[in-house]
Amino acid sequence: MFAYDFMRAAFAASGIVAILAGLVGFFLVLRGQTFAGHALSHVGFAGATGAVLFGLSPLAGLVGFTMIAGFAMGALGERLSQRDVAIGMMLSLALGLGLLFLHFYTSYAAQAAALLFGNVLGVDNAALIALAALAALSLAALGFIARPLLFASLQPELAEARGVNVRLVSIAFLIIVAIAVAECAQIVGVLLVFTLMVGPAAAALAFTRRLYAAVALAALLALAEAWGGLTLAYYSDWPTSFWITALSGLAYFASLISARLPPSPRAAGRRGPCAARPDEGQR
Amino acid sequence: MTALRFDEVGIRLGGRTILSAADFAIGQGEFVGMLGANGAGKTTLMRASLGLVPLAAGAISVLGAPARRGNPLIGYMPQNRGPIAGLRLTGYDMVASGARGAHWGLPRLDSALRREIDWALDAVDARKIAGRSLNEISGGERQRLLLSQALIGRPKLLLLDEPLISLDPAHQKNVVETVKRLAAELKIAVLFSAHEINPLLHAIDRVLYLGAGKAALGAVDEIITGPTLSRLYGAEIEVVRVGGRIFVMSGDFDMERDPHRHENGGHDHGAIDHDHAGSAHKVGA
Repeated sequence: MFAYDFMRAAFAASGIVAILAGLVGFFLVLRGQTFAGHALSHVGFAGATGAVLFGLSPLAGLVGFTMIAGFAMGALGERLSQRDVAIGMMLSLALGLGLLFLHFYTSYAAQAAALLFGNVLGVDNAALIALAALAALSLAALGFIARPLLFASLQPELAEARGVNVRLVSIAFLIIVAIAVAECAQIVGVLLVFTLMVGPAAAALAFTRRLYAAVALAALLALAEAWGGLTLAYYSDWPTSFWITALSGLAYFASLISARLPPSPRAAGRRGPCAARPDEGQR
Repeated sequence: MTALRFDEVGIRLGGRTILSAADFAIGQGEFVGMLGANGAGKTTLMRASLGLVPLAAGAISVLGAPARRGNPLIGYMPQNRGPIAGLRLTGYDMVASGARGAHWGLPRLDSALRREIDWALDAVDARKIAGRSLNEISGGERQRLLLSQALIGRPKLLLLDEPLISLDPAHQKNVVETVKRLAAELKIAVLFSAHEINPLLHAIDRVLYLGAGKAALGAVDEIITGPTLSRLYGAEIEVVRVGGRIFVMSGDFDMERDPHRHENGGHDHGAIDHDHAGSAHKVGA
């Protein structure tokens, strides 16, 4: 299947995006902001359709709109970015706007389907370069804020007291999320961004209890799901996005089962002395 | 030099006076219990000491220097325990996230930081707990981990915001004893807020009582008396001692046990002295 240019481009693009999505998604899940990430993708739909209407590239519209929305969510503060109703309203408003833009641009129904459900086989070289550059930039930024971001995600008030600018870190993170969402939308479409951003990270956090292992596993799972999805699509002729969602779902549910299995003998030995927990009921 | 000095401090938040002319000094190595009803400003007082709340009047100094954000000499355990109760990550990773956590870059741990984390875990005897998942350990065990996280960086002043909340009496006793031992061994001054004086009665050196915007620091026998508390609150307060325990009563109810009942309506207490325990429970459920 690597004989075809479009397949090679698809593997390269989905590989880049999967690693970015897995790493960014890890912090998204850790911070409990997955719904915010989901909403950002819908904002991206309005941006992309609007961009097409005005003769710009959909990717530019996606990135531009999601970044503005990510900044706004971060600036409005932690409390809002976790508030379901406000985010849900923003999400539907954005989808509605996208619908309006499509209405004015009726000649291009295929474009809508590609935006909503992804079109990884349609990635050309220019788009590939844009994806790679944006991903490199986002990963560098994520690496730069990773330490205070982790601290602020786990212990926000202590981090603030220790001198972390929690607001700044939160805004920077949501801008990075916005870019990752826009990239994901290129592969699996705005409706299915969850599958690459949240699925692998959530599964990784259930498979392992070690931080670094979970981060690495999130990226690896996303990569395996994206490439596995492409391969299955190539041989089955079913949509790539379907296969990615199927693999992502499979990994997630497998992780839930694994998290419920009794711990390995070694881990059980470690737990031994602490087995009696009289204040269990206090949790 | 004192560990924490309030010099005629006034704090106003959202048009409401939280503290006015608060004037007291906590000595180095001293263990002080901070009491007062919900909304009396216990959390705000700690956040002001951390440089997170602007002062309307006066000055706060921490170990001789003005209060400022990010002061490494202060260890802090917020009342809001964060989202950790629902996570499967190990306690070690949570504690480690606070080690040099305000620096930029990747969260790498060098051997010096690892030694510091191990020291902090050993100080509260939490090395075993740290190997387990945060969502598998009990509330008391999570409290120990947070206490050890507060010790990273070897602070000289510990601000502990309601460490006893939602713990049963046996674990309350355990936390109080651990803190008392730390204060003595490491010569750390401790400000320990609580809803009720009794669990702290035999551990603290002095008590800081907040009420009606005022603060009074002194020995338990001096402060928790009918006349002193009545003066502080500007209302008739009775203190009853039964079998070595103290009950603070206003009218016909026990103030410390029913902290919500004597709050006068109209004030947004929740915004000032957040009732974080509730949200922590939801996360764990």
